[in-house]
Amino acid sequence: MSAPATTTTPLLEVKDLVVEFPTRRGTLRALDQVSFSIAPGEILGVVGESGAGKSLTGAAIIGLLEPPGRIAGGEIRLRGERIDTLPPEAMRRIRGKRIGAIFQDPLTSLNPLFTVGQQLAETIRAHLPLSEQQARERAIQLLADTGIPAPEARFGQYPHQFSGGMRQRVVIALALAAEPELIVADEPTTALDVSIQAQIIALLKRLAREHGTAVMLVTHDMGVIAETCDRVAVLYAGRVAEIGPVAEVIHRPAHPYTRGLMGSIPAMDGERERLAQIEGAMPRLNAIPPGCAYHPRCPHVEPRCRAERPELMDAGATHAACWRVAAVAPAREGTA
Amino acid sequence: MFAFVVRRLLQAVIVMLTVAFLAFMLFQYVGDPVAQMLGQDATQEQREALKRDLGLDQPFPVQFARFVGNAVQGEFGLSLRQGRQVSTLIAERFPATLELSLAAAVIALVAGIPLGVYAALRRGRFGAQAVMTLSLLGVSLPTFLIGILLILVFSVQLQWLPSFGRGDTVALFGGSWTTGLLTLDGWSHLVLPAITLSVFQLALIMRLVRAEMLEVLRTDYIKFARARGLSDRAIHFSHALKNTLVPVITITGLQLGSLIAFAIITETVFQWPGMGFLFIQAVQFADIPVMAAYLCLIALVFVIVNLVVDLLYFVVDPRLRVEKPAGGH
Amino acid sequence: MAALSMWDRWRDSDVWHSFKRSPTAIVAALIAAVCLFCSLFAPWVAPHNPFDLATLNLMDSRLPPAWLEGGNPSYLLGTDDQGRDILSALFYGARISLLVGLASVLLSLVVGVALGLLAGFVGGAVDAFIMRVCDVMLSFPSILVALLIDGIGRALFPNAHDTLAFGVLIFAIALTGWVQYARTVRGSTLVERQKEYVQAARVIGVTPLRIMARHVLPNVMGPVLVLATIQVAAAILTEATLSFLGVGVPPTSPSLGTLIRIGNDTLFSGDWWITIFPGVMLVLIALSVNLLGDWLRDALNPKLQ
Repeated sequence: MSAPATTTTPLLEVKDLVVEFPTRRGTLRALDQVSFSIAPGEILGVVGESGAGKSLTGAAIIGLLEPPGRIAGGEIRLRGERIDTLPPEAMRRIRGKRIGAIFQDPLTSLNPLFTVGQQLAETIRAHLPLSEQQARERAIQLLADTGIPAPEARFGQYPHQFSGGMRQRVVIALALAAEPELIVADEPTTALDVSIQAQIIALLKRLAREHGTAVMLVTHDMGVIAETCDRVAVLYAGRVAEIGPVAEVIHRPAHPYTRGLMGSIPAMDGERERLAQIEGAMPRLNAIPPGCAYHPRCPHVEPRCRAERPELMDAGATHAACWRVAAVAPAREGTA
Repeated sequence: MFAFVVRRLLQAVIVMLTVAFLAFMLFQYVGDPVAQMLGQDATQEQREALKRDLGLDQPFPVQFARFVGNAVQGEFGLSLRQGRQVSTLIAERFPATLELSLAAAVIALVAGIPLGVYAALRRGRFGAQAVMTLSLLGVSLPTFLIGILLILVFSVQLQWLPSFGRGDTVALFGGSWTTGLLTLDGWSHLVLPAITLSVFQLALIMRLVRAEMLEVLRTDYIKFARARGLSDRAIHFSHALKNTLVPVITITGLQLGSLIAFAIITETVFQWPGMGFLFIQAVQFADIPVMAAYLCLIALVFVIVNLVVDLLYFVVDPRLRVEKPAGGH
Repeated sequence: MAALSMWDRWRDSDVWHSFKRSPTAIVAALIAAVCLFCSLFAPWVAPHNPFDLATLNLMDSRLPPAWLEGGNPSYLLGTDDQGRDILSALFYGARISLLVGLASVLLSLVVGVALGLLAGFVGGAVDAFIMRVCDVMLSFPSILVALLIDGIGRALFPNAHDTLAFGVLIFAIALTGWVQYARTVRGSTLVERQKEYVQAARVIGVTPLRIMARHVLPNVMGPVLVLATIQVAAAILTEATLSFLGVGVPPTSPSLGTLIRIGNDTLFSGDWWITIFPGVMLVLIALSVNLLGDWLRDALNPKLQ
């Protein structure tokens, strides 16, 4: 059973996505039946530890999985149409035009030998039938929209002449250049100074709302998620552990892993307690335990958890992949 | 940038002086010029007289200064083997070597770069593998063997092309430069030697271009370009190619110098009347003045080429040209 | 569970797997092994001894290969103008070529690695000086350096003993190769030096020499090995070139390059086998070593895993 869509047709729907990496020593499953959906204009956060599969999900959606990784099962639908089976040329037309992407490091995301303006204009003209002059105007407008001062002058400058935060604004401008419906943002602020992170996140949020663009925000930073997203999906060992509205997942998490995550975030206010830590570590891809992937670390583990893998189940306000939810949920409804 | 140029010029001068020093040491301590000029039966007075004439009784720094002064004017004395002015000998032969080296460089670039790009883009396919294996062959075949094989096939068996010499040449600029490029005969003589000389460089350039391009194709900015939906053509031939060629062009510039040196072998096989052939004969004969002069000339060529290549970096890579980033977030 | 023996670990390693799966690497290794064997054991494997003047028969000179008309089956690949069996000359010549090639690579490896370690570990003025020397040397093509050293050697010792001539030759070729090792090793040393375990070792009082030997060296051996393989091929070709030009090995111990030169004189009269077969042997050795080096570089490259 996939996560419930909102009442309108979801913009993006990922159903039982499986991504595998064939290696000499066997096939590794990096994503194991991941399912979620994004409504038009919605901001979905995808959070998890390093190696949980967040970036891979984004890469699979835009069709840029690095070989030998490949999609081995499931579907990805954009406004109802399947895009994971499209031929490369058709997928290329979707990239940029309907799905944009932002990557982590703005320094390496821009070609150092081309001016910012050249890269913007080229992207615009690749998707929209505009003349050079029109593309240039549009590019300057985009630069202004992303808060870059003196955009006409900046148009002719090279990436190394911008500071880190400014570069990421350029990257955002590039991602929005062809007015896509969805943007996959993979750790867009991790490589930036803390003081700039908030500005960039605010910018992304504002532009997404203004243009009506949906965003899939991949990050390991729960603070960013809390500030920016409408819903959030928690990934663990290549599976979705919990998914639901941001406030609910943060304050009333149903999955033990999510609870552990939230408990391990230090609170600025409140008493000084010992930082709760989850015992153990996330399993490596070649050593995922049977049944529920989290069971070796779970304080509430039961025999069923070791044997059967739980699907996403209704936990009241959220959906969680946990056997205890089925039993607990009805009680929680009352107390929610 | 001005400071950079000045610094490089200074380095160049230091290198030249060092090379001149080495050449000078050759003159002083390797072989005895006095004995070579006078022969074995000269008397002691004759030796002393000649020593004074040649200035060999002066203190070391004075002699070195004189040597450098002479070298700068191209004056290296007489060839021990031929008895003629070294500077004349070299000037006569320089055009031949230069034309040969340039022809080979052009071949290596014009064939090497496209092949390298092809091998990178079609990686893993049969054509690319074949090209890479051929390039390995090119690096494993010594230049002289290539020359011999070409002679065997095209001169001896097929009798299509001549196998030695330069053919008909035309004198230009009042006789100071001879060129073989203005006659058909000259061209036909140029073909085999130029191909021979170019093979090694071609293989190197091809492998270099392929390696660079593969590296570039792995970068984040190419990934981002793909994510923006740019066409394969734009990604490969606009972005990736430009980023690949920047280091390649500079490395190739440095290769020009080694081309001139490898010309030594090619000229020997084809009896091409260039500086390299002259140098080999000098080594076989222990003709120190010629060796020293060749050494200095080659060092000069290298230094100039290095300087030009460094300046080329400035032209080509915007990161080196402009100031540091402006402020703002 | 018992610890895996070194043999087991090797068999399970990525390098061995990559080797087994790569037909070119296997073929190259085989060819190289055969050549090595033939040249090492030339006196026992070769059908004749082409350099024992007593066994030469001028009547048998300039015979074509055995399968052509006029050939003689006891001289499988024909003979040269002195009646020497080409096949045997190949083995003996390969012996000399390989000897010079391996010796010079060994020398340049030892010198280069030592200097690289020194430069990386000591740093400062020593490092700057060594790097400057490297820069200058790199800008000179190897053939030129080898020729110069050889020429100077000739002028200094006009009637040199054979061993001395070999020594000068090996030294000349080694001089062209050490720079690469020095640079690579220096780079790795600089990286390792920053790492905490090295700093910890220094604090404890482990001598720099031990640190270099036990920690830096193993990390550096991979690229050095790849370099060495490629350099062996280059050294063999350089020696062949020098011998072809007449300034390499002394004429009493002809290498493959010398043989080619001898054959070159008779090329135009149609006796192609005197040149071609040594040439083929030379290329086989160089090619197989280069292929191995190429494969080794890919196998040891962590980025391609």
